[in-house]
Amino acid sequence: MIRLEHVSKTFPGTSAPAVGDLSLDVPEGQIAVFIGPSGCGKSTTLRMINRLIDPTSGTITVDGRNIMDTPPHELRLGMGYVIQQVGLFPHRTIAQNIATVPELIGWPRARITEQVDRLMDLVGLDAELGGRYPSELSGGQQQRVGVARALAADPPVLLMDEPFGAVDPIVRARLQDELIDLQRRLRKTIVFVTHDIDEAIRLGDQMAVLNVGGVVEQYGPPVEVLARPANRFVEEFLGAERGLKRLSLIDVRSTELDPGPVVAPDCTVTEARRVMAEQASDWVAVVADGHLQGWIADASLDGQTSLTSIEVQPFLVTLRPDSTLREAIDTLVGSPTRVAVVLDEQDRYQGVLDVGRIGGGLEP
Amino acid sequence: MIVAQAGQPLIRWPWIGDHLDLILAALVQHLVMTFITVAIGFVLSMILAVIALRFRVSFTPINAVTGVMYAIPSLALFILLTPITGLTTLTALIALISYTLQILFRSIVAGIDGVPDAVVESARGMGFTPNRRLLRIELPLALPVIMSGLRIATVTTVGLVPIAGLLGADQGGLGQLIFDGLNRFFNTPLLVGAALTVALAVTLDLLLVALQRALTPWARRGQAATT
Repeated sequence: MIRLEHVSKTFPGTSAPAVGDLSLDVPEGQIAVFIGPSGCGKSTTLRMINRLIDPTSGTITVDGRNIMDTPPHELRLGMGYVIQQVGLFPHRTIAQNIATVPELIGWPRARITEQVDRLMDLVGLDAELGGRYPSELSGGQQQRVGVARALAADPPVLLMDEPFGAVDPIVRARLQDELIDLQRRLRKTIVFVTHDIDEAIRLGDQMAVLNVGGVVEQYGPPVEVLARPANRFVEEFLGAERGLKRLSLIDVRSTELDPGPVVAPDCTVTEARRVMAEQASDWVAVVADGHLQGWIADASLDGQTSLTSIEVQPFLVTLRPDSTLREAIDTLVGSPTRVAVVLDEQDRYQGVLDVGRIGGGLEP
Repeated sequence: MIVAQAGQPLIRWPWIGDHLDLILAALVQHLVMTFITVAIGFVLSMILAVIALRFRVSFTPINAVTGVMYAIPSLALFILLTPITGLTTLTALIALISYTLQILFRSIVAGIDGVPDAVVESARGMGFTPNRRLLRIELPLALPVIMSGLRIATVTTVGLVPIAGLLGADQGGLGQLIFDGLNRFFNTPLLVGAALTVALAVTLDLLLVALQRALTPWARRGQAATT
């Protein structure tokens, strides 16, 4: 765990502190995102953790040890560091770049080679890239190397300063997914600085909203910060669509599903009409042995006696239990039945979600 | 200066054949003087550059002193030094070395200053000590700029070594042939000395270019440096 206690930093020649009396804990194995406008001291705070900047006052401890008790370069060997401009060493190959910290620590050659191979695989880099120079790689690939290099000696702590800020949105989204995936396996204690609110919500287990002068306006899990902004500053910083942003953090499985108007494929029209009336719906879902066949509209029942002779309309988009409520909104907006259908991993019908139920998911 | 004397050909080829060992000795001396000058000049410049980079305030005075040394005409410096150190190899070396310091010092500082901030920042953040960072990251990356300074210093020194011979001292390398020719109104040694001096300068320059290419394979691959 990283603990900051009353940490402040005033740079020489300035009167106002860049960071003033900042206290917070980053729990072990979690991602804490520092977010705020420029000048809020988020990068300064990050750089104090690995002593690239020494605090003016206050203490920072990592696993209970005061960081000032360790010489800076030794401290840094135990903390991965990733920056926006990546800062790969242009004169060293990709494999040599990744091997940097293990070499500094003095690992045996064979172990380094093995570790480099493992890491390139871990961050999704082709093994043949190992012999290339950084200038021969794309921006996204370079940032993957940056992450691999930071992880090389398996440090418990990872410091990331706007690591995905310089790549295009598509690559950024992919790198974010990969980081979430990596973190699921590695459980590092990560401090991640960004100015992108969606990135913060997506990646953070904890989220610290900082104001100018290094003041923590609110610190907590993104779901809670979104649900209850501490003050106007946080509210404005979170921006529009706060509700939608919250929905993107909640799984479909955490809300109660509506069983929906369901009938068997061989039921009578009378039976289907009764189910629709019960559910106050103008359509009915056809489910055979737990598997969804599709749906039939009220109007197409006219003049028929059994459902078997009626063509069943397919549901074009369906949700899974791990889909987010934001995806559910998207699905039902585009659906003629005005509901989103949820299937489980084995494609078995689970139920439906409507706007009312999704709104219910937002209740604290 | 090359004047066709009446009854004398521009070059007397037999003279060259008869004095091959003299010519070879002058060439070797020229090469040795150049090598010693550039080697000592490089080591001194490296020390000065490390001081200037660690203590930024020292850059201006160091730059000023080496600048003055560079500005003093070489012949004047030889003459100024002669009363102190005599007509010795030492006199010649002091003058030659002082001439290289400005070029080499400035290229080393510029090369290291030119290393991208992000590279220095990530090296610091990963746990390099300042010395290790200098040796493993900054110097290798400064190499193209340093090597271009080294080429200028080398070629300049090759051109200056003959001036030492002007003093009558016997450490002028190929300059001895040149001044021997001038003194005796005898074109052959003059031409041989001048041609070999040019050839030496060009050869050493090409060798340094080849060395630089061998030392910086990364600079030729890809298009852009890391950003």
